[in-house]
Amino acid sequence: MPVAAPIVQVRELTKVFRQGEINVTALHRINLEIAAGEFLTLMGPSGSGKSTLLHIIAGIDRPTSGDCIVQERNIGALNESELADWRNQNVGFVFQTFNLIPVLSAFENVELPLLLTQLSARDRRRQVTTALELVGLSDRMKHLPRQLSGGQEQRVAIARALVTDPQLIVADEPTGNLDSHSAADVLDILRRLSRDARKTVIMVTHDPKAAAYGTRSIHLEKGELTN
Amino acid sequence: MLPLFKYHLRSIFIRWRSTVATILGLALVIAVFVLVQSLAVGIEKASANSGDPRNLLITRQGALAETTSVITREQFNIIRYLPGLAQDNAGQPLASADVLLIINLPRREATGNANVMLRGVAPAGRALRPQVTLVEGRWFEPGRREAVASRRLAGRFANLQVGQKFKTGGVELTVVGLFDAARSAFDSELWIDADEARSAFDRPDYSSVLVRPENEAAAARIKAALEAERRLKVKAVREVDYYKEQTRTAGPIRWLGNGLAVVMSIGAMFAAMNTLYASVGARTREIGTLRVLGFRRRSILLGFLLEGGLLAGFGGALGCVFALPMHGYSTGTLGWETFSEIVFDFQITPILAAQAVAFAIVVGLLGSFLPALRAARLPVIASLKSV
Ligand SMILES: Nc1ncnc2c1ncn2[C@@H]1O[C@H](COP(=O)(O)OP(=O)(O)O)[C@@H](O)[C@H]1O
Ligand SMILES: [Mg+2]
Repeated sequence: MPVAAPIVQVRELTKVFRQGEINVTALHRINLEIAAGEFLTLMGPSGSGKSTLLHIIAGIDRPTSGDCIVQERNIGALNESELADWRNQNVGFVFQTFNLIPVLSAFENVELPLLLTQLSARDRRRQVTTALELVGLSDRMKHLPRQLSGGQEQRVAIARALVTDPQLIVADEPTGNLDSHSAADVLDILRRLSRDARKTVIMVTHDPKAAAYGTRSIHLEKGELTN
Repeated sequence: MLPLFKYHLRSIFIRWRSTVATILGLALVIAVFVLVQSLAVGIEKASANSGDPRNLLITRQGALAETTSVITREQFNIIRYLPGLAQDNAGQPLASADVLLIINLPRREATGNANVMLRGVAPAGRALRPQVTLVEGRWFEPGRREAVASRRLAGRFANLQVGQKFKTGGVELTVVGLFDAARSAFDSELWIDADEARSAFDRPDYSSVLVRPENEAAAARIKAALEAERRLKVKAVREVDYYKEQTRTAGPIRWLGNGLAVVMSIGAMFAAMNTLYASVGARTREIGTLRVLGFRRRSILLGFLLEGGLLAGFGGALGCVFALPMHGYSTGTLGWETFSEIVFDFQITPILAAQAVAFAIVVGLLGSFLPALRAARLPVIASLKSV
């Protein structure tokens, strides 16, 4: 059980999507605490609300009711622009589909979040280089996404997620589009981030083998935690 | 300010087919705009070069142009002996009484006839217009039915080369020389001796008098004296002001150019809008990703406006390049005041080019506004799910 103070506190979190006349309750009164340095895996069947929970914790969606407090900040209370800045400084997001910008090189993709900071070009270069070294791609900096394999693309995406040195890294099925070998590489990097760099990692996955990389696993079922 | 410049610049050329089509369409609009405006600039330049700031042009009160003015010999004699006029080397006052006739001449290559201005000019008239220089042959000699034509006019009308003869009003004239008038209004004229013009064409009177006062003070005195002399019924204006007024021909051309440009640019605007809507649609997930990374709505909006502006800027620049071969090409149009041919150049000045590019950018910004707004308003999560 977590020893350190929780970095994420979710209290009575409910999310309802309105689709025309119908209300879809994606999350129902979720309570959850995540400690700094944890590698939490989030499992559950399709449509159970995993992505929705991840989006709310990462500040890209808002709860219908309840609170989501990340690093002692109630992120539901931030306005659009504050939330954008908050995301830039505090969360790294890894997508299932990588979502690299096709016209930008690996280096430029990783540099993107730093363009919103006050860092000089030289400091940016240093940080981008470090992040790409960490994922083992310092020899691919000038490559465009289409010149990389899926596994390499996802590692660039991880470098982009950690280049601002955020406390929190969230990943939504990051290995869902990868072969098992590349998946192992990616999972290994995420594990090292939590173990060696004390990052808090939250990962949605279907795959029990992937979940085995985490320090704790929770289950969602129809919008509710089951354990 | 625009951290995503590289991203947007490269994205423009990703969907290059529609981008190139949009740029070409806009280039066409801008080329037309530039060409029509360059005509107006050419006319204005021609008029601006015409006058000498020291000269006064005297016409009948109420006459809108030299061609509709009448100055009798008595009036001329009063005017030329007014005190304060500069003198030539022979001690004669610098005053030229001119006769203006509009004659009809066949164009080259048998493409019909057009009106041309024939100026009967006194020897002093040449001294008063130093921008008119002989470039071929010699000046006319009075009494020998000789004429000198503007070289540019000779390029547009039949039988105006040195040695050729042309007939007008039952009089046959021989061209003995060609002059260059430094792109002034005189480049649209034929010159003969003033008194010969009066006798040959049976005109008892002159049309206008051009004088050179000794100095500014003398000019003001002469102007005041002429206007005070009620019986004379003449008015004196600075020669430069007279030609500035004649620039009114450029007005309708400018309006036509602007109108055409506005109508055409509406098409170009929709083309830009279409291209950008398609681009926003195809890049929905990229936009969602940028938002997740922390870019604000405003950055996205500005970014897509930038794309529209850049797209249009390229189109505008290309349009200027398309129009450029016409620069300096000489052409003619009907003068508004005299209904005779005015010869002038397409003048594509740097200012005109800058205006054209600015105009293109405005079109691009207007066209990209709605797509940019759509991009900025995309809900983050929904856009991440887009394929
Ligand atoms: N934008 C949305 N509008 C309407 N319903 C949504 C939206 N996003 C998710 N849902 C619904 O919420 C539920 C949970 O979705 P999601 O969090 O994506 O599940 P998971 O990631 O576990 O597959 C599903 O029933 C889904 O249809
Ligand atoms: Mg999901």
